[in-house]
Amino acid sequence: MAYVITGSCIDVLDKSCMEACPVDCIYEGARKMYVHPDECIDCGACEPECPVEAIAYEDEVEPGQQQHVSDNGAFFSAVLSGRSEPLGMPGGARELGRVGADTTLVENACHA
Amino acid sequence: MPDFRVAVVGSGPAGLYAADELVRQQELDVEVDIFDRLPTPYGLVRYGVAPDHARIKTVVRSLRRILEHARVRYLGNVHLGSDIDRAFLEENYDATVYATGASRDRRLDVPGEDLRGVCSATQLVSWYSAHPDARGGFDPAAESVAVIGAGNVALDVARILVKTRDELARHTDMPSHVLDQLGASAVREVHVFCRRGPEHAKFTAKELRELGDLPAVDVVLDPAVLARADAAAADKQARANLAAFEDLAKRTRRADTRKIRFHFWSKPVGILGDGAVEALRVEHTAVDADGSLRGTGECATVAVQLVVRSVGYRSVPVPDLPFDDRQGTVPHDRGRIVDPAGAIVPRQYVAGWLKRGPSGVIGTNRIDSAETVRSLVEDLKTAAVARKGVAAETIDMLLAGRGVRPVHYDGWLRIDSDEIARGRRSSRERTKIPDWETLLQLGLAARSG
Repeated sequence: MAYVITGSCIDVLDKSCMEACPVDCIYEGARKMYVHPDECIDCGACEPECPVEAIAYEDEVEPGQQQHVSDNGAFFSAVLSGRSEPLGMPGGARELGRVGADTTLVENACHA
Repeated sequence: MPDFRVAVVGSGPAGLYAADELVRQQELDVEVDIFDRLPTPYGLVRYGVAPDHARIKTVVRSLRRILEHARVRYLGNVHLGSDIDRAFLEENYDATVYATGASRDRRLDVPGEDLRGVCSATQLVSWYSAHPDARGGFDPAAESVAVIGAGNVALDVARILVKTRDELARHTDMPSHVLDQLGASAVREVHVFCRRGPEHAKFTAKELRELGDLPAVDVVLDPAVLARADAAAADKQARANLAAFEDLAKRTRRADTRKIRFHFWSKPVGILGDGAVEALRVEHTAVDADGSLRGTGECATVAVQLVVRSVGYRSVPVPDLPFDDRQGTVPHDRGRIVDPAGAIVPRQYVAGWLKRGPSGVIGTNRIDSAETVRSLVEDLKTAAVARKGVAAETIDMLLAGRGVRPVHYDGWLRIDSDEIARGRRSSRERTKIPDWETLLQLGLAARSG
């Protein structure tokens, strides 16, 4: 279980969540932020920071946003466009920097 | 020698994030000494986060990288007030960040609070977290317990009290004497008393749902109170709590399980007993038109043998620093300590609970400490005072001259490995060392090689 960033983040990318994360597990894609499900420690610091209420705990995600539960994980397990391998466990968003790509789901999402 | 040496007092999340920000910033050449009065770092991550919340405790994996940074030193077993003081820090450091937390609990201020069997959540949590200053524990003969408070600490205490020895042994790092005492507990009922309604509670929904997952425990609450809850006025967190309560209320109760009973709209007015606690007396409450809480005059008495108050923390004043006794914090302006006349105290800063009061979660401190360090770096950049940049060896010499024996990071690692080895002997990840003597023996052992 982990926190999940839902579709409300798409094209918002406020990034306040990133500054609050104690383990640096919120990564920046091109259009959206993603929580690493295996690096997240369930502390909940990110949730109230989000200005568009895009963050929820995995089992509290609203019905219309369920696809984002697995999509946060897909950002790390799938091969993103322009890359030859998955991100895996980068171990810290600050070190990794902006990823500049998104999952297929987010790439194809309509503009907010 | 660095251009600047900064002292951080307290190695909990706030202190560590302050150190992290100090060595990450690119504008100044800074080294950091982190002091802690304990020989063990991580503050409330080690001694406050519930022992059965292992996932949150893994934050240590990223906190340890801060302690292992080449420009950061850990100096444990150094007590602010007796070993070092503000004058020492001012003389030898370019700046000091105080992040000593909030270790004192708030009292209920009701008659009977000093009876045997009344304790604070702080005391109980310290004891089951194996804090070396913790004393006592609790009376395992108590069958009925009152926990007073509507925050996650109250839930932590309730949950730990109803778990079985086996559950605790498998999923925590509690030492054996704690497991034995909790395992021998006769507890059947834990009553959680909240002054207001379920829509006002400060619990998180995640922790409430966790209660529903306890295999041999039933949660009991009055569905009528839930039905009356003002869901329209509730914010996102409160709505999630109400949903979690509704789910708990719907479940079938079983005979022969331990029970956690929620009592809302109830404020304690007295603790009864002859020498030791026998009962808690509560008055029912209601909200007036202006939003203030009042007693309805209707009272109830619940037989309990243990009362745990969990109604908030406050900071202990730091020797020689300004302190706002009403707020229980150090007055500040974006992290700069401010004296009672409103003037900035040069080069003295505050972070974490000592700065903002006991609120937020671990990550909240990252934002909070970043603000403090921004102020600090700005001040050092523009300060008219000559930079000190005292060498690490000079600090060591001065401390030795005062008869202080710090536990360094390698000393902590010896404690850490020993705890992991103790755990392994009983197939656990870790078993904590609960006493000063052993901690210091390991922490101060002569460095090998």
